[in-house]
Amino acid sequence: MIAEIGHVALIIAFVLAVIQALVPLAGAQLGKTRWINLATPVARGQLLFVGLAYVCLTYSFLVNDFSVRYVASTSNTALPLIYKISGVWGAHEGSLLLWALLLSSWTVVVSIFSTGIPKIMLARVISVMGMVSVGFISFMLFTSNPFVRLFPAPVDGRSLNPLLQDPGLAIHPPMLYMGYVGFSVAFAFSIAAMIDGKLDAAWARWVRPWTNIAWVFMTLGIALGSWWAYYELGWGGWWFWDPVENASLMPWLVGTALIHSLAVTEKRAAFKSWTVLLAIFTFSLVLLGTFLVRSGVLTSVHAFATDPARGVFILVFLIIVIGGSLLLYAWRAPSLRSVGQFSIVSRETGLLLNNVILATMAGTVLLGTLYPLVLDALGVGKISVGPPYFNQVMVWLAVPLYLLMGLGFFVRWKKDSLSRLSRKAIIPLAVSLVIAILLPLLFAPEQHWLTFIGLISASWVALTALLWLLNSNTSPFKLPLSTWGAVIAHLGMAVTVTGITLTSMYSHEKDVRLAPGEFYEIGDYQFKLIGVKEVRRDNYIAYQGVVEASEAGKHLVLLHPEKRTYSQSSMPMTEAAIDAGLFRDLFVALGEPLGSGSWSLRIYHKPFVRWIWMGSLIMAFGGLLAAMDKRYRRRGKTKNEAVSS
Amino acid sequence: MTPRRKQRLIMVVFMLLGISIATTLALKAFNENMMFFYSPTEIKEGKAPTNQDFRLGGLVVEGSVRRKDNNLTVFFDLTDNNEVITVSYEGILPDLFREGQGIIARGQLNDDGVVIAVEVLAKHDENYMPPEVSDALEKAKGEQQ
Repeated sequence: MIAEIGHVALIIAFVLAVIQALVPLAGAQLGKTRWINLATPVARGQLLFVGLAYVCLTYSFLVNDFSVRYVASTSNTALPLIYKISGVWGAHEGSLLLWALLLSSWTVVVSIFSTGIPKIMLARVISVMGMVSVGFISFMLFTSNPFVRLFPAPVDGRSLNPLLQDPGLAIHPPMLYMGYVGFSVAFAFSIAAMIDGKLDAAWARWVRPWTNIAWVFMTLGIALGSWWAYYELGWGGWWFWDPVENASLMPWLVGTALIHSLAVTEKRAAFKSWTVLLAIFTFSLVLLGTFLVRSGVLTSVHAFATDPARGVFILVFLIIVIGGSLLLYAWRAPSLRSVGQFSIVSRETGLLLNNVILATMAGTVLLGTLYPLVLDALGVGKISVGPPYFNQVMVWLAVPLYLLMGLGFFVRWKKDSLSRLSRKAIIPLAVSLVIAILLPLLFAPEQHWLTFIGLISASWVALTALLWLLNSNTSPFKLPLSTWGAVIAHLGMAVTVTGITLTSMYSHEKDVRLAPGEFYEIGDYQFKLIGVKEVRRDNYIAYQGVVEASEAGKHLVLLHPEKRTYSQSSMPMTEAAIDAGLFRDLFVALGEPLGSGSWSLRIYHKPFVRWIWMGSLIMAFGGLLAAMDKRYRRRGKTKNEAVSS
Repeated sequence: MTPRRKQRLIMVVFMLLGISIATTLALKAFNENMMFFYSPTEIKEGKAPTNQDFRLGGLVVEGSVRRKDNNLTVFFDLTDNNEVITVSYEGILPDLFREGQGIIARGQLNDDGVVIAVEVLAKHDENYMPPEVSDALEKAKGEQQ
């Protein structure tokens, strides 16, 4: 019964979404105030019914209603409560419903916090978001309905993959989706501006906070995913260039470019059509990413062949959204004239180059992710592109990017001179050089030019950001929040780059064979296998290793890596034991028994690995600060626009 | 040409130059790191490259897993139900590696026709067969008939 209510609620939400997509937009074109005024109430109605559908599905999970096919395939009676709740978005159908729920929530939030925005503009924005909603809800209703019944109902459901039974991963998808969906706001505003034919500084001020918030969520979502892969998959890596990861990195890269391009559009009335194009691309990559990860196409391109309706729907949806907005762009973008002029040496140029580099990065990831899929789909051959491709390309693109990240703070808008710029840059550059040469000499066991590149980039990015804060004429505490946000986000990037560099260059990873009493040494660290015992818990049995880690002969900690076998699944799972620290992680995972009491063990020493995620948190905090800047909250019309078109 | 136009031209030229260099380097890296997939039958036919990493996949033959006593080197046979290739690997095998399962390995062929693997992958789902492996099995079936 409840599932049917959910189904009906979804159908009503669909009807409301169609109204939301068409009526306010038509009203804006024809000048009918009543139609325009319909935008907000109909968006709220849609949220109500999508929310109801979502509640119904969650309820079916909570009461173990295995007559609902989706519940039966992703949950079971033994599952702890939290994973029943998160099980809702554990697979394809439910994650689409979560997407739709977040989308309608964002729409309503936009309608609440938009008192300064002209009603016609708002009506168009809400309509565009309604169109996206129509796409998602109809995708669910026609091809991926989470409320489909299963007959006869099984007594118990299938197990949720034990790998996914983890709090970090439970909140990873909603975080990432909040970011994904948030970029639909920038997209909707861009489409609305193109219909309107006007895009001014006020427009950029409306869009910037939304874009920042979306970026914050996406940054956190990606960092969570990386962290989970590190401690849960048992491989000790933090990024694998897996298509699933790439799918979230691409919109992040282009979204980062969008944030910077919006700054130019606001302050200098330049890059207008470029900003709009970036908003379109970011959202297109978001859609691509959502479908890539959840449709099953990555596990096999032939997933589409088993369910052609889904594949066709996704392709048509992507073509309509991307093709439609690009057509509109080709038609209307020339009317968005950028008036801000600038010379070669200027902050505008710096930001333009930063945008080009970020877009190129996204392009190379796209190539490496989609090309193998396309070849396979065409039946030409099965290839894969290894991590070395991504690593090589990213390192070389990142170097000029970091150089610009630092210079961008010093260089003036509109026109600057190279001699002034080099005078400003010489000190931080010199200090970074010293840091990058001296630190590895003092502390590192061996030298490598990549360490040098990484450290000089990180210190340069950090120093330039700090210097800018100190050198500005006003007291740092009177600077606007957006300035603080930028500085902190750049500092976060520096922290992440430091972590990536030192972890990649100085990690020791070794698979060893140890009998009880034997030990293995990495530098000053000694890992001694005390023994392996069997332990029993609620829903799994495990072999638990006891490994004593000591540093320079002194006892540090006892580590307990486990090899678990869950009751509902025959699949063993490695649960690594990690001794985390600010400057290093010690990581031990249990391999397999090799007879006569010996075990294979995977032992890692990972310096600075925490810095990768710490930096992401700092970046996200910077983005949040920037979004809270008070100039975005100014209500009504601002007099005296410095630059208007 | 006005100075402003000249500046623009310089900028566009520089940017195009930069993008083309980046594209060239990216494509070069792409070509160097592209790995093809081969089934045991194809490897026996001599289709696999000799001095380059490639991927192979198949079912682990029952009873074929042998270990050395003093280190972590392990040997196993992979089959597509038509031909058999021996793989050697030093390190810890993934959780889902077991006899009868479909797995994928990456490595190079040595002179004795053994693949020295640097990576062994088994997917994180007990019911899941890597698509490459199931395709290879299909193909081998077709050739036998």
